[in-house]
Amino acid sequence: MRITLWGTRGSLATPGPETVRYGGNTSCVEVRGADGTFLVLDAGTGIRRLGATLGPEVERVHLLLTHLHMDHIQGLGFFKPLDQPGQEVHIWGPPSTTLDLRARLARYLSPPLFPVRLRDLPCRLTLHDVPLGDFEIGGLKITAALVCHPGPTVGYRITENAMSIAYLPDHEPALGAHHFLGEADWTSGFDLARGVDLLIHDAQYAAAEYPEHVGWGHSAIPHTLGFAAAAGVKRLVTFHHDPGHTDLVLDRLIEEARQSSDLLFQLIPGAEGASFEFGG
Amino acid sequence: MPQKDVEVILMRQLASYLAMPIFLVDMAGNLLFYNEPAETLLGRRYEETGEMSLEEWSTIFKPTAEDGSPLPPEALPLVIALQKYQPAHRTFWIRGLDGISRRIAATAFPLEGQGGRHLGAVTIFWEANHP
Repeated sequence: MRITLWGTRGSLATPGPETVRYGGNTSCVEVRGADGTFLVLDAGTGIRRLGATLGPEVERVHLLLTHLHMDHIQGLGFFKPLDQPGQEVHIWGPPSTTLDLRARLARYLSPPLFPVRLRDLPCRLTLHDVPLGDFEIGGLKITAALVCHPGPTVGYRITENAMSIAYLPDHEPALGAHHFLGEADWTSGFDLARGVDLLIHDAQYAAAEYPEHVGWGHSAIPHTLGFAAAAGVKRLVTFHHDPGHTDLVLDRLIEEARQSSDLLFQLIPGAEGASFEFGG
Repeated sequence: MPQKDVEVILMRQLASYLAMPIFLVDMAGNLLFYNEPAETLLGRRYEETGEMSLEEWSTIFKPTAEDGSPLPPEALPLVIALQKYQPAHRTFWIRGLDGISRRIAATAFPLEGQGGRHLGAVTIFWEANHP
């Protein structure tokens, strides 16, 4: 299984000279299974560059959305496979309590917000209300579960043989918790992250910024470190960087995180272009 | 122990902040949590009781109807909400674990999660004035 980060920024694309190292594109992660199964996690602005690298060898694309906030779907209309006649594309994402995924996505992919309607895309598109629980795509086992973030939002755990990753880009497990971390079974997202080889997790705020943003659906870096430690992950990739955090700020925050405690896992600041490979 | 559903986690967190007594059970009826205001009426801290089965909590507080007759579990609003999947309301008496009898008004509702999943039920209750 190979994982590549195409967009690591949270909330709003943030291009510019001060974000070139960690990147300014919003959430998008590529997952390739050993058998060629091709997954894309979220369709932030990073998906445009990913789409441009794809050749005809990719017969089937599975795009798994965590939720439908704009920074996670804004790149959708610029994802090359959607524009290719006959290309098989499956989009998975959470329905709301009253609308299915198609109706929710069509609100963005239709005028006046976007000139092309969802139904007019030339690819062979199938939309799936993502099932909560386990399902399989090719050789990959997917587990989807609702997590704490405003509106219907899922996190994903992806397993291939004995290797697993978890993707929780927008997640505020500390919301409302009097003492974080409390009991594991009362912690949002815990089962998804438990013991994974690689956890990609929301780390939007510095500790001092969090009190002003309680309930916005994101984590402070100390929360993320505590969550990763409690879940027993092997590697943590910080993700969904705040648009106001320049490369220099992120360097400082990561260094502070490394100094804050004896980390039991490898701490990796999420940077566009970073790639990780597991298994044979 | 497997992680609770996020809706249940958020319900507990909300209950822990609210000033009205709230009692939360899972879909099998097991007591998951009651908050501090509920502790006052039930006569014992949640940390001391911990999780209880439906059979236990539905009888341990010795619920009785207004006429003094014992109330079976299936007559309690929370059990109705859980088993019939509908809101329910009733005024009745309980004896707290501190030995004090209190007249309470309870409103219970089922907890339905995303995708129509049955997650349990919640009751909100107040000490009611004597008629």
